[in-house]
Amino acid sequence: MSKIHVKTKVNGDEVEFLCDPRETVLDVLRDRLNLTGAKEGCGTGDCGACSVTVDGRLVCSCLMLGAEAEGKEIATVEGIADGNELHPLQKKFIEYAALQCGICTPGILIAAKNLLEKNPDPTETEVRYWLAGNLCRCTGYDKIIRAVMDTAAEMREAS
Amino acid sequence: MKYHKPASFADAIAIAAGASGVTRFLAGGTDVLVQLRADIVVPDDLIDIKNIDGVSDITQNVDGSWTLGVAATGAEMSEHETLGKEWPGVVEAMDLIGSTQVQGRATLVGNLCNGSPAADSVPAQVAAGISISVSGPNGDRTVAVENVPTGPGKTSLEKGEVVTAVHIPARGDNAGDAYLRFIPRTEMDIAVVGCAVNLRLDGDKITEARVVLGAVAPTVLLVEDASNAIIGSTLDDAALDALAAAAEAACNPITDKRGTIEFRVEVAGVLAKRAAKIAYARAKGEAV
Repeated sequence: MSKIHVKTKVNGDEVEFLCDPRETVLDVLRDRLNLTGAKEGCGTGDCGACSVTVDGRLVCSCLMLGAEAEGKEIATVEGIADGNELHPLQKKFIEYAALQCGICTPGILIAAKNLLEKNPDPTETEVRYWLAGNLCRCTGYDKIIRAVMDTAAEMREAS
Repeated sequence: MKYHKPASFADAIAIAAGASGVTRFLAGGTDVLVQLRADIVVPDDLIDIKNIDGVSDITQNVDGSWTLGVAATGAEMSEHETLGKEWPGVVEAMDLIGSTQVQGRATLVGNLCNGSPAADSVPAQVAAGISISVSGPNGDRTVAVENVPTGPGKTSLEKGEVVTAVHIPARGDNAGDAYLRFIPRTEMDIAVVGCAVNLRLDGDKITEARVVLGAVAPTVLLVEDASNAIIGSTLDDAALDALAAAAEAACNPITDKRGTIEFRVEVAGVLAKRAAKIAYARAKGEAV
């Protein structure tokens, strides 16, 4: 089977890869580009562990083919820190201990960052609904929600 | 599997016509990719239609009607400034499907063509009187959404046919629509029962109504008796009771892990009443 040649941008960098037509963006990120932040939890779009943004839109990378990434701009958790300076969400997640095993964390960080870019002042209900597609089996969500709310408050003050 | 990215519907149709095995059209992919990865349906030819001009457009026509591109996502529908003001039931039904992530990809047409009897957007589409343009080897046709599903996972679309556009009627005056579903949680679930109501008023009196049920039969149900139960009324208690009775009578559900036959029938009546009240309030111009 011939592979498909795809040119795309990941975290601002131009990348090119060859992929099988059946490979998802998640497969490509992890196995071809060595960006293992996005995780495969379910592979069916239910758990959100593979969340990335494509042209600024939050999606499950397991539900998009690598071939569909042609000409797009993908952002993953690897790109959210500024060098050694962690993103405010990352700092707050550490401060609040808003993670245990960490499998869901990259997806939740990407999803929460995407929310705060669209809505810098979300209510707790809005945060909970926005993150409904990001399953966490460790924390019970409370610390995650509090970390996101506090980050939002801090980022509003800083801006 | 071959992946195709045609630049026009004519090319997409030609690829499908030349294909000998299983063909799937790909828009949002939130069902197609799940089936592909689980080896439930592995197409020989996967035809991605998102490269076709205009497929993501949401356009209001001069007569007030709407034309939606087949790849317009749930998120784009929800974010649209006026679509949700005119057709809140359609937009809220679409918005109930899946997560934020799924909303970034999923489409009305995909939800329809997947053929699930529990598809959230389909009752709302039928209630609104939405139709789709279909093109294929035998030419073009327009199909009302209620005539698309023929059974679980099955549609009336023929081999090689592709949906090219979605048509939503002009909203007109004194009208409102609503969709409600029952799920045992608050998010991320499949409807146990869904109900959409679309109606128009003359003063306080209902002059037009379409009551539609989902997840209580092999296909979506446009329940004429339920519509007639409220037409001519002011949605008083007697009309609401008649509406619920007609909705219950139309149900032909199954018992499964989501709910029993008895439960689904009762919930159908309850949701019909509630959805009708919301649609009525919206037709009155009240914010609901």
